[in-house]
Amino acid sequence: MQSASRIRGSARPCAQNARTIAALTSNPGCDRRAVLDTAGVDKQRLADHIGYPARFGQSQFAIVRGNAFEAQLKADQCAALLRLLIEQKIVPPGQHARHVDCSAVGQTESQDDRLARTAGLLGEVFKGGDSWGVPGQRPALLLDHPLLAMTIAGRTVYLEPDLILIGPDARVHVVEVKSFAVIDGQAAPSKVAAAAIQAAVYVMATCAAVTEAGFDAGAVADEIVLVCPRDFANQPTATLIDVRKQLAVLRRQFARMARIEMLLAALPDDLTFDLSIDESGVARRPPVEVVAALECVPARYIPECLAVCELAGFCRSRSRARGQTAVLGRDVCERLGGIEEVETVLGLASGTLSPSPDQTETAAVLRLAEQLRSQSLVLAGDPTAASSGLGLSALGLSA
Amino acid sequence: MSTLVALARALAFVQGVAQPITMVRHIHCAERPMVFIPLALAGEANAPLAAMVGDDPDRPRLLVVPQPRNRDLRFAFAAELASILVPHFERFQTVTEVAAPDRTGQARWRSTDAPQVVVANPAAAGFVRLFGRSTRFRRADGPYAVDARVPVLGQWLTFFAERAEYPGSSLLVTLTDALAMHWATGQSALEDTHLPALLAWIEPPEGRDGATAAMLAEDPGIWPPAGPATDPDFDNRVLAPAIEAYAAATTPDAGTLAECQASGALRDAVASQLEPTWRLMWRAIALLRALPPGVRVADRWAADRDAYTEFAARLEGSGLPQPRRDGAVAAARRLHRLERALAAFTVQRAYDDPLIMAEYRLTGEAFVATVLEADRLRIDTSGRRRTLRPRVTVTTTDPAKPEVGSTWISPARPAQRARAVEVVVARGAETTVVLELSGGMGRALTPLPGSVPDAGERLCYTSLADQYVPPGDFPAPEETPWTHGGPPAPASLDAVEGQAAVASRRGDDLPRDDLPRDDLPRDDPAGEEWS
Ligand code: SF4
Repeated sequence: MQSASRIRGSARPCAQNARTIAALTSNPGCDRRAVLDTAGVDKQRLADHIGYPARFGQSQFAIVRGNAFEAQLKADQCAALLRLLIEQKIVPPGQHARHVDCSAVGQTESQDDRLARTAGLLGEVFKGGDSWGVPGQRPALLLDHPLLAMTIAGRTVYLEPDLILIGPDARVHVVEVKSFAVIDGQAAPSKVAAAAIQAAVYVMATCAAVTEAGFDAGAVADEIVLVCPRDFANQPTATLIDVRKQLAVLRRQFARMARIEMLLAALPDDLTFDLSIDESGVARRPPVEVVAALECVPARYIPECLAVCELAGFCRSRSRARGQTAVLGRDVCERLGGIEEVETVLGLASGTLSPSPDQTETAAVLRLAEQLRSQSLVLAGDPTAASSGLGLSALGLSA
Repeated sequence: MSTLVALARALAFVQGVAQPITMVRHIHCAERPMVFIPLALAGEANAPLAAMVGDDPDRPRLLVVPQPRNRDLRFAFAAELASILVPHFERFQTVTEVAAPDRTGQARWRSTDAPQVVVANPAAAGFVRLFGRSTRFRRADGPYAVDARVPVLGQWLTFFAERAEYPGSSLLVTLTDALAMHWATGQSALEDTHLPALLAWIEPPEGRDGATAAMLAEDPGIWPPAGPATDPDFDNRVLAPAIEAYAAATTPDAGTLAECQASGALRDAVASQLEPTWRLMWRAIALLRALPPGVRVADRWAADRDAYTEFAARLEGSGLPQPRRDGAVAAARRLHRLERALAAFTVQRAYDDPLIMAEYRLTGEAFVATVLEADRLRIDTSGRRRTLRPRVTVTTTDPAKPEVGSTWISPARPAQRARAVEVVVARGAETTVVLELSGGMGRALTPLPGSVPDAGERLCYTSLADQYVPPGDFPAPEETPWTHGGPPAPASLDAVEGQAAVASRRGDDLPRDDLPRDDLPRDDPAGEEWS
């Protein structure tokens, strides 16, 4: 039986965040990722070590701009943010707001202390009649970078949303601040989708915290407030996004990860991704060994991995080496009748391979497609056609 | 994605080099395309950082915003870009030709050529659209005055970006799309949007296969990304220090040696990211040029020239910027036109290209047949008038099984309809069809030479028809219920939308010239800050 800590080895568990958790949902079928993430393996470091460095760097310009935008929203007891919330009718007009800084106190405050602080705050607010004022008469509370915890597949994951709003009516909204622009009411759909699923992770964590504090998680709204700069200026704009769908996706994925024990049970006992990092911080384990370890856990590479998973470079090259149609993209795979190997596709297309019973239909289409392709190329006198087509079907041209 | 293209991808994968998926080129290649590579500053809403632009591969122009967060410098960039692009865009107006009259019978003119803008990838096309949006509402007077050419540039860029949505239009060419339309690589469509990797598959260097070459091309240390996003590593290690050095060297008395040096260093740094892409883009253009053009490419380019002529006239007329968002009627009209363009483009590509037609042969929407016999002079006497109705008997091994009574068209004789009057499906894979022909044979009772296929001729018949679809009928704004956006409100922006809708109702898309200038969108977007 394998354990997560053995798999990870001596390194400290790699911190998960909402982004990495959200990324899990983009390739839910991959065991390799599920195992590495559950064990808290630092995939970036791993990828570097085996010679497929991931390129997920962030430009300092983007970071600076993001921070400036956030600061602008929070200035002056979150005055700008409050205006937006009133506009969106989440907070009644004329309402005051209190900005509650939940970020770490100094360098020393431990995560558990911070966690307790957020939890205490939530408890106090929900109990009512406290220093914040009784429900209905207290200001809207904007918890700035509260720390939440959540258990995913037996591991505690710490999460830090940008802001959580607790309205005067004790309704809780997750507020996600992003620095991509909404121009004439439109933003890049991929960015909105990414923001929504990340915020959904925070919604789950907030629900967990509220439940933990002994209250009903129904107080947490399943829509989130996305705040972005509007048009080309730094003026913020807020949009409400329903994240019920994202929550369902996440729950499914977490349930799957909860069954990780079964996955681990199937792995060799001595499997580990320990990089044998010495005192000077250099990884000593031979990369071939690490690669061999990776190969023990089945992966399911798809081109979408390139945008979300640190191991994509490695997995792509393996998938290519195996000649898997998956590297060509999902729509191509579908068109090729779901056949997994490129060689099989071409064998069936050229007729050199006889189809298995469940392949006959696909094979007939592929065979015909190949014939039509070569025929057209030959007809048009393409000199390379005879060799680049599979060569055989030019015979069909006898008419 | 058709099965033939999927198969071509599989082939490309095995052979290590991209495979052609067309026999001809389906886009227009201008004699002197205007190549435009914009770079944007990370994290900002389309803030220009630099651009390389020009219509001569040997003389690229480099534009740099030394401090991208400085509004004045950004507008100086926009003005400089306008001074290059706007004269180029306007140049093609002078030589015109007579075009077919419009629906109302009014004579029409159109430019004999039009400008073509070429960008590297879809994100760069997006930059064109957003940069157009951020500049077209600016004004040359008032508190936020900019160079007079800036809003004009904005309108032009908006025009190009909108036109690019029309399937088959070649006014704004996105190279990765254009290349992927003609070649299938052994990687995914997602990876094809990376220009260096895509080209590595199409033209892998000696001794390397496409996959390896593409992998190397993805390394930003070897090939800088084609933009508009820059490599974060470049931002952090090179660009940020260079911008800082420039800021430190800038003093109230401009033009000091230190400032010149700092700005020179910054330009060099940015140029190092742009030059490789510049060369790649011209290589890609050369690849496309080398393909023989499809027959109907010229027709579509004529439609592009029409659009260009119309827009140039509109600019000279009212000069009203395009609205921020289309009103309901304008949006519906536009959607309808896009659908028509897509339908036409789909059919035209198949007509022009046997390899694309093969996709329809696979699905039974087309077949290639050999003419067994032809009754050229057959006359139909059943009606009141004697009519020429030749019959040809053809045989095919394609999967298509025409039904009796179905109509087919041969791309070789598009004006002619062929109706299946008899179909015999033989034991083997062979199908014999007797087709009765009408149209495209001249007016006499004997067909013009060559208008009826001869015995032994091999030809293609398809059920795809390149038909004229009449433009839809849309209500005038004043007849549009408020639920659908009309009638126009008097406020500035809405007025523009309303007027545009009035104009399009009149069929010329030109807003009235007598609009008071006050109807121009004023302070809101014009004064819009640039972060
Ligand atoms: S890149 Fe590899 S490990 Fe990551 S999700 Fe894809 S297949 Fe799984």
